[in-house]
Amino acid sequence: MREIDVTVNGERRAVAVEPRLLLSDFLRDVLGLTGTHVGCEHGYCGACTVLVDGASARSCLMLAVQADARNVDTVESLAPDGVDLHPIQQAFKDCHGLQCGFCTPGLLMSVVELAETNPNCTRDEIRAQLAGNFCRCTGYHQIVDSVEQALLTIRRTADAE
Amino acid sequence: MKPPRFAYHAPQTLREALATLTEFGDDAVVLAGGQSLLPMLNLRLANPGHVVDLGSVPGLDAVAVRNGSLEVGGMVTHRRMERDPIVGQVAPLAQRAASHIGYPAIRNRGTVGGSLAHADPAAEWPIVVLALDGEIQLASARGCRTVSGEDFFLSTFTTAKRTAEVVTSARLSTRFARHWGFSEFQRRVGDFATVAVAVGCVIESGAVREARVAIAGVTERPLRCREAEQALRSGAREPERDAAAAARDALEPVSDCHGSAAFRKRLVFAETLRAATQALSRCRGNAAGA
Repeated sequence: MREIDVTVNGERRAVAVEPRLLLSDFLRDVLGLTGTHVGCEHGYCGACTVLVDGASARSCLMLAVQADARNVDTVESLAPDGVDLHPIQQAFKDCHGLQCGFCTPGLLMSVVELAETNPNCTRDEIRAQLAGNFCRCTGYHQIVDSVEQALLTIRRTADAE
Repeated sequence: MKPPRFAYHAPQTLREALATLTEFGDDAVVLAGGQSLLPMLNLRLANPGHVVDLGSVPGLDAVAVRNGSLEVGGMVTHRRMERDPIVGQVAPLAQRAASHIGYPAIRNRGTVGGSLAHADPAAEWPIVVLALDGEIQLASARGCRTVSGEDFFLSTFTTAKRTAEVVTSARLSTRFARHWGFSEFQRRVGDFATVAVAVGCVIESGAVREARVAIAGVTERPLRCREAEQALRSGAREPERDAAAAARDALEPVSDCHGSAAFRKRLVFAETLRAATQALSRCRGNAAGA
């Protein structure tokens, strides 16, 4: 076992973990944050995408011990009170950007990164950012619509402030 | 799918990392960005007794221009290569190739050194190294050595890197900063290349003085195609087309689930033509081209 000190969704957690424990399983099984979904477990599907120090990462391709002294944000950080949706979540709801919802947590966190790094992006850039998030339900059109809508809302809010 | 049990080491210096690797020999594996190792651990294709994480080792993440070379630290991420303006100035081929690797979340963590040491025959970095006369710097507890790109890649997942050595950096020549091309066929965005071609040229007074044509995805190792390089230097009327035909005729591609040998031959022609056209059109003062 190895002691790690990791900040998850703003909260510091000091926990002893087995070195082989994946970050995805640490989040789900140790911390009970089951919003991060586990699909393929070898880096293809993108369902387990979280932010590590603000940059998107596959939590199934990281050991929990590698997150020591880092900040991890999961989908639970978007609507902490569980009532008011984050603008990205609201846009996915409004534009039918999900059906079964399995891929959605990973998609949302990839969009958080996009909103931070390139909020004025084109539809092609949205598709490039989301290329690593597989959705088997929607056919992606509504997802791209959702992201456009979300970025518009975020830009307008930023302009108003 | 969960990784097998292993002992985890997080050395704080390169010296400590090399000592640990020496102690455990073939039973130890280096963890850089983890984007190749973790899938192999999850699928239990790898079963190391010891994992040595370079994440806390300082001094391996620098990007610097020195003596006509871009020196890229082994722990530099693909994302950094994709975005760093210095890379865009002195090795734009490397910048373009980086954007073809995996997905954003993979590029955020995957490293140049990790990719080179992993040596997937369809990966981008090996052909960037070959096209830019690159060298690989290796360190072990006994000292450092430099291996040219052509001597480094031996076969699928097999390099000249010895047990207990670490890829500390790659050196890429900046001579090819003006005249270069890169083209890749991948079935889906983010997949490994079915065929990828990198071209670097040195052009003086309108004549191609030097040419490098490096091709991935064709055989068990990335390779340079001398026949295509000679065609680019030939001064013929359509050197791009001659180079593409020469590469197609010279190479004996593998067949696998991603494409037959015949299909790959056609891809070699198409991608070499595209990459060579970009390299030569840049010399004609036309910066366009994808």
